[in-house]
Amino acid sequence: MALAETIQEQPTPRDSAGLRDPSNFAPVIDLNALSVQFGGRPILQSLQGELRGRAIGLLGPNGAGKTTLIHTLLGFHSPTSGTAHIFGQDITTDAKNIRSLVGYMPERDSYIAKMSAVRFVRLMGELSGLPPEAALERAHEALFYVGLGEARYRSLDTYSLGMKQLAKLAQALVHGPRLIFLDEPTNGLDPPARQRMIRLIREIRDSGKAHIVVSSHLLRDVEECCEEILILKDGRIAVYCNLEEERKANRKFLLLETRGDLEPFAAAVGALGCEYAVTGAARIKVVLQGEIEVRDIYRIAAEQNMQIRRLSYKRDSLEDIFLKAMENGHGSL
Amino acid sequence: MAVYEHTYKPYLGKLTPEWNRFLVIPRHAFRDVFKSKLFTAFFVICFIPLLVEAILIYLHHNANALAILQVNVRELIPIDATFFQTFVNLQGSFAFFVALLVGPPLVARDLRNNALPLYLCRPFSRTEYVLGKMSVLLILLSTITWVPQLVLFLFQSYLEGARWFIDNLWIAAAIFIGSVIWILLLALLSQAISALVKWRVIASAALLGLFFIPSIFGEVINQLFYTRWGNIISLGALIKNVTAGLFGTFVRSSGQMVGFDGRMAREIIMNEPPLWASWFVLFLVCAACLALLSWKVKAYEVVR
Repeated sequence: MALAETIQEQPTPRDSAGLRDPSNFAPVIDLNALSVQFGGRPILQSLQGELRGRAIGLLGPNGAGKTTLIHTLLGFHSPTSGTAHIFGQDITTDAKNIRSLVGYMPERDSYIAKMSAVRFVRLMGELSGLPPEAALERAHEALFYVGLGEARYRSLDTYSLGMKQLAKLAQALVHGPRLIFLDEPTNGLDPPARQRMIRLIREIRDSGKAHIVVSSHLLRDVEECCEEILILKDGRIAVYCNLEEERKANRKFLLLETRGDLEPFAAAVGALGCEYAVTGAARIKVVLQGEIEVRDIYRIAAEQNMQIRRLSYKRDSLEDIFLKAMENGHGSL
Repeated sequence: MAVYEHTYKPYLGKLTPEWNRFLVIPRHAFRDVFKSKLFTAFFVICFIPLLVEAILIYLHHNANALAILQVNVRELIPIDATFFQTFVNLQGSFAFFVALLVGPPLVARDLRNNALPLYLCRPFSRTEYVLGKMSVLLILLSTITWVPQLVLFLFQSYLEGARWFIDNLWIAAAIFIGSVIWILLLALLSQAISALVKWRVIASAALLGLFFIPSIFGEVINQLFYTRWGNIISLGALIKNVTAGLFGTFVRSSGQMVGFDGRMAREIIMNEPPLWASWFVLFLVCAACLALLSWKVKAYEVVR
């Protein structure tokens, strides 16, 4: 399928209401019991679900399978069982078609030595199927877009780490993909460079012309530029949620600092029907459910001989969602 | 994504056909290769034997020139299969040095800089990558081997007449196949070594060693055991045997005088490995190179 044709199938991109409602879009990535093993060791285990967001954050501790998931979706690794679809195309049978629709910014330092940035990006454009003239034109545009316009004739060997990251982003954008995988895009960047990268990701997301999957272990980066998050733990999906909806759902969220035996108190809070997470020796986070009020928590504390030294309402941050996912194990889609 | 707009814009234009996309790699590689003045100079030198070949063909058909040079036509090398075979092997040797200069960094540089994921995350397969990298050598080496040789064959046919052309068409086939064997072997070997060794200098040394060290060992075996079977491990000797077979000049048995105490001498008949064995070993080497490339050319190596 030609890239030009596929792009026209997208929904109206600048409709901001549409952007906020992911159900308006067909699944970007559809995981069907996707499993990957290396040497008998399970890396991804029966991943199931539909990812529909405009910007999806892929989170997880080191070794959770984030990069393996991206590599499998790109066709670098074959699934042991199950499959996945990107824009409705099977990763095992339509890998080449899929790769014409996606851009990829690898995690590691990747470039072609002894080449200027503009030649490098042009070459990548040509390999994606752009005619030489169009590839050259778009290479210039992409490099200006990421902020390397003035340095585009310099050899990549002379670039700083931050500049190489931007050059990698430029090569991922040059052919105008519909889906962009960014693997640890802010790795090794200083604060201004990181801000610039985050701003670029947000701009692409807000343009509505491409979906983005950002893999990172830096929660702040994902929080700043993603609408949805997929948290992996030990090769399984621990959580997939819309960040904003999750925050709204957890408005009655309490952070308690206590003194006393926390374990029976936490159990009593749990028995009350509240979700909770113990985040330290004397700290517990509680999500009030339904009709339960703060005075019920005080009552339980009194019954358990527990002092509540501080109580604060708090919005559920990505860190909380992440920590909860790490404690609970599996979430659902 | 216009420069002045600074916004993300999808590409809506036409795409190039997939079948010839691998040629993007040699097109970009040639720009780097010919940046080196040393290489460009050497590449020009590679055409000198071909010029000599052209002059010899011309002299054979120009009585005036022979008269001026005071050379009898019978003193010139005859234009026959042996003549073309000699130049095929000579150009093959030049091709080896071109491959030595151009081949090693082709894949090694990409592996060293983790560039393979960038190629393979596009609608561009591993096969196309290898084909693209090999095309750099295939095109360069073709321009100094079979392409000019066939032009010279046509030149000789033009001067000699249509009858000679028809009678010797098999020589053209031998030129083409003999040169392609040289080119394929050199391209595969240099790519395989380049994929195995990430450093250019070491890869060049390995390619040089692969050609010359087994040849030395082979010659030692030949001398020690009064045989020619040592040539089975010498790539140069194998190609020469195969091209000799193609040009119909392959002689399997040859005699060598062996002296005893300085008084007596006897002739020992030594047999070259049969042609099929030479073909078979070359095939094995090519297959091993392809297997190595298939093993090494991957977006990411999986640590199991």
